[in-house]
Amino acid sequence: MSALGGIVRSGVARKRVQTLVLTLTTMLAVTASVLAMGLITASQGPFDHAFARQHGAQLTARFDGNRATPDQLAATVRASGVTAAAGPFAVLTLRPSFVEDADPDPAAPLAPPMTIAGRPRPDGPVDDVDLVQGRWATAPGEIVLDFDGAPVPVGHKVAFTQVPGRPTLTVVGRARSIGRSADAWVAPAEVPSLTSRTPEYQMLYRFKHAATDAQVSAGKAAVAAAAPRGALTGTGSYLSIRHAAQRETATFVPFIVAFGILALVMSVLTIGVVVNAAVAAATHRIGVLKSLGFTPAQVVTGYVGKALIPAAIGTGLGVVFGNLLAIPTLRQEATAYQAGAQTTVAPWIDVAVPVLALAAVALTALVPALRAGRLRAAEAIAVGRAPRPGRGRAVRRVLGGLPLSRPLALGLAAPFARPARSVAMGLALMLGTASVAFGVGLALSLNGIQNGIDRNEPGAVIAHTVAMDGPGGAPPAPPAPGPTQDSTASQGPASAKPHPHRTTALGGGPRKPADRDAVARLIEAQPGTGRYFSTSDTRIGLSGLTTAVPLVAYTGDASWGALQMVSGRWFHGAGEAVVPSGLLKATGTRVGDTLTLTNAGRTAGVRIVGEVLSTRNDGMDVMTDAASVAALGVRFDTGMTEFQIDPRHGTDTQSYATALNTALAKIGASARPNDGPHLSTTVVAMDALAGTMTLLLVTVAGLGVLNTVVLDTRERVRDLGIMKALGMAPREVVAMIVTTVGAVGVCFAAAGIPIGMALHAAVLPLMGKAAGTGIPAADTAVFHLPLLGALLLGGVLIAVAGALLPAGWAARTRTSTALRTE
Amino acid sequence: MIEIRAVTKSYDDGRPALSDLTLTVEQGEALAVLGASGSGKSTLLNLVAGLDRPTDGTVTVAGTRVDDLSETALARYRRARVGMVFQFFNLLDDLTVIDNVLLPAQLSRVPRREARDRAEELLGKLGIFRHAKVFPGRLSGGERQRVAVARALMNRPPLLLADEPTGALDTASAADVRDLLTTLNAEGQTMLLVTHDTALADACATRTIELADGRITRMVSR
Repeated sequence: MSALGGIVRSGVARKRVQTLVLTLTTMLAVTASVLAMGLITASQGPFDHAFARQHGAQLTARFDGNRATPDQLAATVRASGVTAAAGPFAVLTLRPSFVEDADPDPAAPLAPPMTIAGRPRPDGPVDDVDLVQGRWATAPGEIVLDFDGAPVPVGHKVAFTQVPGRPTLTVVGRARSIGRSADAWVAPAEVPSLTSRTPEYQMLYRFKHAATDAQVSAGKAAVAAAAPRGALTGTGSYLSIRHAAQRETATFVPFIVAFGILALVMSVLTIGVVVNAAVAAATHRIGVLKSLGFTPAQVVTGYVGKALIPAAIGTGLGVVFGNLLAIPTLRQEATAYQAGAQTTVAPWIDVAVPVLALAAVALTALVPALRAGRLRAAEAIAVGRAPRPGRGRAVRRVLGGLPLSRPLALGLAAPFARPARSVAMGLALMLGTASVAFGVGLALSLNGIQNGIDRNEPGAVIAHTVAMDGPGGAPPAPPAPGPTQDSTASQGPASAKPHPHRTTALGGGPRKPADRDAVARLIEAQPGTGRYFSTSDTRIGLSGLTTAVPLVAYTGDASWGALQMVSGRWFHGAGEAVVPSGLLKATGTRVGDTLTLTNAGRTAGVRIVGEVLSTRNDGMDVMTDAASVAALGVRFDTGMTEFQIDPRHGTDTQSYATALNTALAKIGASARPNDGPHLSTTVVAMDALAGTMTLLLVTVAGLGVLNTVVLDTRERVRDLGIMKALGMAPREVVAMIVTTVGAVGVCFAAAGIPIGMALHAAVLPLMGKAAGTGIPAADTAVFHLPLLGALLLGGVLIAVAGALLPAGWAARTRTSTALRTE
Repeated sequence: MIEIRAVTKSYDDGRPALSDLTLTVEQGEALAVLGASGSGKSTLLNLVAGLDRPTDGTVTVAGTRVDDLSETALARYRRARVGMVFQFFNLLDDLTVIDNVLLPAQLSRVPRREARDRAEELLGKLGIFRHAKVFPGRLSGGERQRVAVARALMNRPPLLLADEPTGALDTASAADVRDLLTTLNAEGQTMLLVTHDTALADACATRTIELADGRITRMVSR
């Protein structure tokens, strides 16, 4: 082995702690970078990626089975502009019940309508569906459900109680169609058991040009012309689904990018700190080598190589761990995007990140190695031993004048003896604290926003003018998302999306709703009733907009159940309204402006007095007192009337709800206890992502500290031995080292908190903008004094945690051994 | 002052550094320990200083069983009972001379004024007061050792331990340190000197022992 090889090998093997820390640091930095890059890449147009991968249907068309034969429909693939087609698949729309056994109760609650396609296999030239769980339905009695739809596990049953014979199918798989071609799939042979009539047919098309609404419409016209006249009953464009998906994705992007950049900067910085310190700490040894005849080039090569060996091991491990950690994390991200985003790291990341990481290691090692290589041997030997005398002397003098114990004073002054190293370690701490502040702030804000959105249902008890499905007024199964095709040209986010509970209240088929006033009278008469108000929904015209917007009319004092305000105040009576940000943007209005509501030629003006936090119906709701629209003669959907009730203080909510439900059942209405806030999968996924990234970055910061303190302690082992020989107790040694790091921690954590706050302040509005809503100040201003104190403490804790291990080692080192250390 | 009874100290590989050594040092005595390299001189000193523990036997200093003390108690023992002078001075390079000297007093929480007065007194007595505010790196070897002696005496320890105090000094500086230690002993300071320097032993010691393979092979009293 050459002398140089021997030096590198001994450097790696003998400095085991340093080698281990360098390996761990690069491993975690690369893990964080791989994860960050993976998340950022996955957030770039996940819908488009997944749609392209699945060859998603750009137009989903439904045809009347009585007017077109399957052969005629198959021939539409030759329509002008069509590049590929799949189908025809028999398709029908039914309301299922999700049950656990094969003998369903006829009165089982019904879920919203579900589009079911009879499809022999998931793949094909168009809409190559991903089978996420289980297998495809190939035999009678089997069904595959949309993965993003109702959370019914594989093995459970789906009953169609409104179909003669009440067929019950077993869920054998869950699949994802990015183009949302259906909510469920069965084998074609199953379709006749689900309907006695001729089913409709579904055709899925891809076009040569489909980038715009006009191009999709042109394709639709070509398909309609190719099919028998009048056969086309409805179509759905992928653009509307894409729009909704992109908005969901866009909500995530700012915070993913912010965390990603933090992770990358921190990784590079930590690698820099660790490698630089490792080489700088070897300056004395470099001097000895030069005195033995090593050339500057050999010294530089040797020390860069010495840094690269553990770094390469750490990088390799980091790539493995990054990919392993990316699987659940990207899956979470994909769940939030609901677009089947990629769940593995792109291969180029696995190449680019290690190359860049090793380049960063080599470069950061090169600078101090070159410096050491240029030093004269005697100078290198002298420089390497101790900090330059005189550094931090003034600080020591000041601290010496304070009533502090000597270990504390020495600990506080120590960072000034090696200012560059202290600053580098501090920067890692600063970014770690910034990550924590950003992550915690984001989680608090998101939870605040979630709570604000949950105020859609403020009452402890909720009554409806229709009977609820299921016994005891229990809420029925949640509705399955995904577009339900109808005879309109497209289904998009502009269509009214009632509150889930209101939708399900309609379950069980057409029922005559109870009279609103009769329900109100029974609520009023019910012992224990405290306060209540009702909301009724309809759609109403708005001057300046071509399509009607959802109107929520409140009856009674609703101020106690007001939604969270972004600006302005809740309405106080007739003539005032509150609206979400989406409507303000769509109408170009501001708080203080007046909206003109129109219905059947009548108009009524309402002044906007507040902007509320609501993303329901794309933020297009107009919320006002029912008296505001009394003169317009609007007809409310009485089935949509909902009462929010707070029982009097001391009243048992469950008993009250049961009693009220019994009373209301006599007139066909119902009541149930509010089943509490509903966790948003998006918020849960964001919280989980923020938690993962914060933990990772904190660990990287802690390792940066650990490495610096290890080096510092090793360098000062002789000094520590002297102090111990003079009578410094082991715990005083620990206290001195921890004080050194703690002092740096306090200063840089204090600087990291505003950075985290600034990032939070910059990212949150971007997320709100992407979601189409303003953010209430209460949800933005989450950094209160106790939290700031806790964050500062957190920063110091990261520092102390990183320092404790080497401090303990220093305290345990035998004094006689330390004194012999050169 | 020092009572060492049947002390054995083995190296990690099992070789004995000291074998069944028994030794007593009276108050006011200056004991010089001579011997070749590896004879166990420094091990003996480390055991008395509480920097190391015997494998067997007891070490008692001023009535305290040093080999029984916890690490924290040993630290307190070193602060109060022992002053140490090393061959290579072991001064903290990033502290000034006076800060180095003040260190033991500060660890013992001696009031600041009192500590400073004592430090200045020692620096004056040892002839290095003019160097109080300079860093050790700018001093000669003899001056550095004087600083080390001043630091060792800062807390008025009953026992001064010196490990090759002239080993790293030129002839003139070594003579200088020799005189200093002789004076200190003459003033009543109990000392244990580990040295190769027979001149130092002759000049300072009231008794000399010689070690070989961890055993006392010769003892000369004056």
